Amino acid sequence: MDFFDRFAVPHPSFAIYASMVAIGLTTIAIIAGLTYFKKWGYLWREWITTVDHKRIGIMYLISALVMLFRGGVDGIMLRAQLAVPDNTLLDSQHYNEIFTTHGVVMILFMAMPFIMFFMNLVVPLQIGARDVAFPRLNALSFWLFFMGAMLFNISFVVGGSPDAGWTSYFPLASEEFSKSVGTNYYMIAIQIAGIGTLMTGINFITTIMKMRAPGMTLMKMPMFTWSALIANLIIVFAFPVLTVALAMGTMDRLFGTHFFTLDNGGMDMLWANLFWVWGHPEVYILILPAFGLYSEIISTFSGRNLYGYKSMVWSMVLISLLSFLVWAHHFFTMGQGAFTNSIFSITTMIIAVPTGVKIFNWLLTLRKGKIRMTTPMLYSMLFIPLFTLGGVTGVMLAMSAADYQYHNTMFLVAHFHNVIIPGVVFAMLAGLTYYWPKMFGFMLNERLGKWTAWLLSIGFVLAFIPMYITGLDGQVRRSFTYSESTGFGPLNMVSFVGAGIMAIGFVLIVYNIYYSIRYASRDISADPWDARTLEWPTHTPVPEYNFAIVPEVKSSEPFWDAKKHDHKLFKGEIEKIHMPNNSGMPFLMSCVFFVWGFSLIFSLWIPAIITTIGIFIFMTLRSFEKDHGRYIPVKEIEETESELRGA
Amino acid sequence: MKIDNSLPLEYSTEENRLKIFGFWIFLGAEIMLFATLFATYFTLYNRTGTGPDGAEIFVITPVILETFLLLTSSFTIGLGIHAMRLGRQKAMINFFAITLLLGLGFLGIEIYEFIHYAHEGAGIGESAFTSILLTTLGTHGAHVTVGLFWGLFIIMQVKKRGLTPETANKSFIFSLYWHFLDVVWIFIFSFIYLKGMM
Repeated sequence: MDFFDRFAVPHPSFAIYASMVAIGLTTIAIIAGLTYFKKWGYLWREWITTVDHKRIGIMYLISALVMLFRGGVDGIMLRAQLAVPDNTLLDSQHYNEIFTTHGVVMILFMAMPFIMFFMNLVVPLQIGARDVAFPRLNALSFWLFFMGAMLFNISFVVGGSPDAGWTSYFPLASEEFSKSVGTNYYMIAIQIAGIGTLMTGINFITTIMKMRAPGMTLMKMPMFTWSALIANLIIVFAFPVLTVALAMGTMDRLFGTHFFTLDNGGMDMLWANLFWVWGHPEVYILILPAFGLYSEIISTFSGRNLYGYKSMVWSMVLISLLSFLVWAHHFFTMGQGAFTNSIFSITTMIIAVPTGVKIFNWLLTLRKGKIRMTTPMLYSMLFIPLFTLGGVTGVMLAMSAADYQYHNTMFLVAHFHNVIIPGVVFAMLAGLTYYWPKMFGFMLNERLGKWTAWLLSIGFVLAFIPMYITGLDGQVRRSFTYSESTGFGPLNMVSFVGAGIMAIGFVLIVYNIYYSIRYASRDISADPWDARTLEWPTHTPVPEYNFAIVPEVKSSEPFWDAKKHDHKLFKGEIEKIHMPNNSGMPFLMSCVFFVWGFSLIFSLWIPAIITTIGIFIFMTLRSFEKDHGRYIPVKEIEETESELRGA
Repeated sequence: MKIDNSLPLEYSTEENRLKIFGFWIFLGAEIMLFATLFATYFTLYNRTGTGPDGAEIFVITPVILETFLLLTSSFTIGLGIHAMRLGRQKAMINFFAITLLLGLGFLGIEIYEFIHYAHEGAGIGESAFTSILLTTLGTHGAHVTVGLFWGLFIIMQVKKRGLTPETANKSFIFSLYWHFLDVVWIFIFSFIYLKGMM
């Protein structure tokens, strides 16, 4: 029985057993449903093997939304535990596990795929390309991300969740102090997803640099594409650091090396440094594409071109460079000396300057604009004041001397949720509403959308502003309870109510999708928002090849100029189009990666060796494969085009 | 597939140009990977705990041999690519084969070296210094190993399919990879071995 014991959950509770049953039943229901409706073939041909960037994007979106709810449930449990003093809903171990997984899931398995969704869907369309540079690599990136996410998610029912915080600081995360396999899950699941992300970075840099439509110089690229380019550059430079750090962490836990141990020369602060050399740029990988989306939305719904295009670009370049120079502000209080603290304090504060430039550019775009307060615009309008508040508290935290007061308190928790939720999550929801008609050919309900935006904002303010106050009063984070005499009780109850309101907002999104599928009009034009960039002049939904004729571009808002000056974007004849073939290999290879990861987590060496060889066999097969894709003949394109025009 | 004959074979199609560009970016990521390993090495190299330090375990002869083999292999793969551009398939295959044999020699000596370290009591779990030393060397060695298989498969494809835009592209990208491994080795040789023995 010893062999099976290690797969058991080390700290079981009723909630975990209930989740096991729920996961089991859902899996059976999905398998039965697919079999009953004979959808296996459809699923395989149209989705699992697809290399179409739009479909891969939609799969990223589905994963992100599912993970949003998983991470959201974690968040609600945390707030519920803290709602009243001396609560016994969760014990300390479960609290540790939940805040760890909440952080990892929300950053890496919710926000990242959401960004990837937008990059996949929007970038090729915005630059007038037919696909990304390496379509099959793109599919592999998605499936590796997906397998990493799944591996991480089974941790709480097989073997136990990680419990050392999302930063997984050593020595706490070492074999000595974190005995369950939870931290192995952390190291290996993130590693697998991270390889996928790195390949996405390579793919999109190549796409953006080499596949732009004729006439689109770098300084005529739409702002979202610019933000995607910068974010991908950060990915390529930051993710290898994480790869190495995770590999060293894995080796410390599995092979007894001494990178981060406390004895024989190991250095626990090395982990903190490596982690944040990746971790700080990571937050800009999330926020820059969000800024890109806001730029598109604000310019569209103000009816004006973006104010200060060049300063927008340069501010992003500057932010990306500075993002690599600030990592040590995450450990001002860990004894690195006043001089180091001062340097990192200054570099951190400087980031506020280019960010401020962007805020003013958005405000000046709004000035004298003909503003249409649609749902995406409402999110953007709520974003500006809320995000500015988060930015200001960020500058407060950047003061290293003052940080001795804020350190490890709820003030910090309030700050980073204050930038991530209005900054990233609102942008994702605004962008989702904005691009929904492009993906599916109908619009989400505006009334429900605005309700959601307000509920989320009110819930957000109630949930996180009280934390600033309790944090300044000294409520520490990562503590599962507090006594009544601290007086933190009432404000934490307010937070819990706020979290509940946010939860209602998120449920409303699901209802909105359901409602709109049933009732929304299918009779909409390809350009329902009167937008400005190249993703809108193609058909809705977008045909496989994106553009029958490659557009010619003269400005950063080619579609708007074409509409205003009545010139043609698409010149020339329809020619046969080269497209890549579907392939099951990315999915199958990722499945092998999944088994490989699982074997390593549980130190099952023989399967680990077999799957390692399996991965290389897949790479070899790919090398010998001859697949140059196929051509779509002119006749077929013309048929598709007239069909879509008629719709 | 449009083939532009004014360019070398490996650059002659759109797909090929994308692949070469993408591979350069991948090498950028690889530079970051090795840079992180080097940064960690410089942080930990004198944290030897109860284990030996570099001066005690490094032996110059095998390292010089390794360096000689790898640097020569970088030269021969360059000759291979030159032969490829002249369209001389047989010469190219021969130069690639010589490159891989030199790489194999390198790897053999490196394995011998690792066994020697283990005998000296410098296993990977000995101290922070041995952990990062063997991880850095091992990561480079693993890259060489992957390169040996990769190169072998490319030779097989060139032999079977001849010099097409596709095989030329693969060979050229492989040569970039091989040169990169050589560059990394120069850093390992200078900053790990020479500095460690001084």
